[in-house]
Amino acid sequence: MISTRGLTRHFKVKRRIVEAVRGLDLEVAEGELVAFLGPNGAGKSTSLRMLTTLLAPTSGEARIAGHDVRADPAAVRRRIGYVGQGNGAGPYFRVRDELVTQGRCYGFDAAESRRRADELLDTMELADLADRPAGTLSGGQRRRLDIALGMVHRPELLFLDEPSSGLDPQNRANLWEHILRLRASGTTVFLTTHYLEEADARAERVVVIDHGRIIADDTARRLKADLAGDHLTVTTDDPVRTARIADRVPLAREVVVDGNEVRLRVPDGSAVLPVLLRALDAATVDVWTAEVRRPTLDDVFLALTGRSLREVAA
Amino acid sequence: MRLVAETGIVFTREVRPTLRNPVGLVFGMAQPVVFLVVFGSLLSGLTWGDGASWQWFVPGTLIMMGLSGTVSAGYLLLAEMSGGSLDRMLVTPVSRAAMLVGRTLKESVLLLAQSTLIIVVVLPFGFRLHLVGALVAMLLLSVVGVGLGAFSCALAVVARKQEPMFYVVQQTLMFPLLMLSGVLLPIDTAPSWMRLLSRLNPLTYVVEAERALFAGDVAGSAVLGGLVSAVAFAVVGVLVGARAMRRVA
Ligand SMILES: Nc1ncnc2c1ncn2[C@@H]1O[C@H](COP(=O)(O)OP(=O)(O)OP(=O)(O)O)[C@@H](O)[C@H]1O
Ligand SMILES: [Mg+2]
Repeated sequence: MISTRGLTRHFKVKRRIVEAVRGLDLEVAEGELVAFLGPNGAGKSTSLRMLTTLLAPTSGEARIAGHDVRADPAAVRRRIGYVGQGNGAGPYFRVRDELVTQGRCYGFDAAESRRRADELLDTMELADLADRPAGTLSGGQRRRLDIALGMVHRPELLFLDEPSSGLDPQNRANLWEHILRLRASGTTVFLTTHYLEEADARAERVVVIDHGRIIADDTARRLKADLAGDHLTVTTDDPVRTARIADRVPLAREVVVDGNEVRLRVPDGSAVLPVLLRALDAATVDVWTAEVRRPTLDDVFLALTGRSLREVAA
Repeated sequence: MRLVAETGIVFTREVRPTLRNPVGLVFGMAQPVVFLVVFGSLLSGLTWGDGASWQWFVPGTLIMMGLSGTVSAGYLLLAEMSGGSLDRMLVTPVSRAAMLVGRTLKESVLLLAQSTLIIVVVLPFGFRLHLVGALVAMLLLSVVGVGLGAFSCALAVVARKQEPMFYVVQQTLMFPLLMLSGVLLPIDTAPSWMRLLSRLNPLTYVVEAERALFAGDVAGSAVLGGLVSAVAFAVVGVLVGARAMRRVA
């Protein structure tokens, strides 16, 4: 559905060149749900703008459903939906009017456009706001309208640039319901997010971008297992011997002694913990507490870049 | 054909807020009406007497209204560029040309409505209406309106990274364009370099045509010159504007 090779975009700002996106190679198959994750300024929006024909690449190529974004932007536009990072609805236009216009832009006739607008006003809980100018809505209400606008024509591929920003937890859950329903009906969804938990829990595939380059691309589960691993923590009466035994655990990394506490990282903590406990027991080490902590995507980012995504994003 | 349909969609979108709240249309006319009342009354007392000054001033006022009113095409475009709603439209299959023409057509139609109002307002004060001439004059005005709106949009695109530039350039261009077209004061008595510049200003011909038309002279050479000038202005404006729209993204 999406296929890019060496996709690159530079900006000239005051005679300096900003390399916003550097050689993006990406393949997204039909029906995938992909989260594009990265700190502020990583190049997420710039990538999306190139994929949606809003921005010409400096070099490299991108194909959407087989159509080159540069050579045949019209064909690309017919197939995609896009919810940008900004406000999709003009401030002076009424909520319903904008939804109807959107339908008309995608070739629906007037009656069909109105029907679809009313349907989306309902599902996105905007019906009470239908006659208000978009500029008078709250941030979260406006975001819901943006998302509704992106879904009007039921595109086969939907790009969402931080769809959940500004939404309260309940609306974020609702949004994900919609996204998962789209996904179930075969829509390919490519979204950026700052919410690590969201990418972690919902996306089947996480693409991590930093300084304009993809630095990881896999399922959240495998990324965490391969790059971060589970954290095991045991406290014992003999931390020195505990550490020595922990070192012999297959694939154990970063064994750290801290007082009576010994910490290590392993790909599959819940399987390793019983093995470790048995080994400690056999060596007559007295174990007081034992704990497995699942890694987060933040641990992945930390392992990849040495920086925490939370700190960078803040 | 598709271009026409798409232009219709964009036009409908743009015009709807005004239809929903037509009072704004009247506010937009405050400046030309005040201008007309003050200057028109002043001059009628001084020079011409009877209602003749209206015949000279109304056409100029309409052009002035066209110049200041159609600016909003660029202004609104600028707002939509920075807000993100233009991006949303640009990702739809609607062509860039339709987006431009739909917008400028709306300005042009509003201009038509405003000019009708102005004419209705001055009628009781001794303005003599020659219906056919007035209708052609309005048509001419709306053609110029398309050109002005399109140029304003082009300027908005060029200035999108430094919005204040839009206003600076617009203001800087507007005043000489206005003065040199003979809208406010007759250009006949001006120094020769000024008269030359005014001959290069497409609006000059439009103003002359408007005056002839409102005087009931439909078949004169001034009208032909105005029509040619207005159409050429609109065509060049739309070409430049559409080119600019393609450059946005
Ligand atoms: N129009 C532009 N002109 C100049 N520089 C730009 C432009 N757009 C983006 N950049 C720069 O390109 C880099 C990537 O920006 P981009 O908007 O793609 O980041 P992002 O990953 O979407 O960040 P965020 O999470 O803050 O939305 C940044 O350094 C940004 O300053
Ligand atoms: Mg962004």
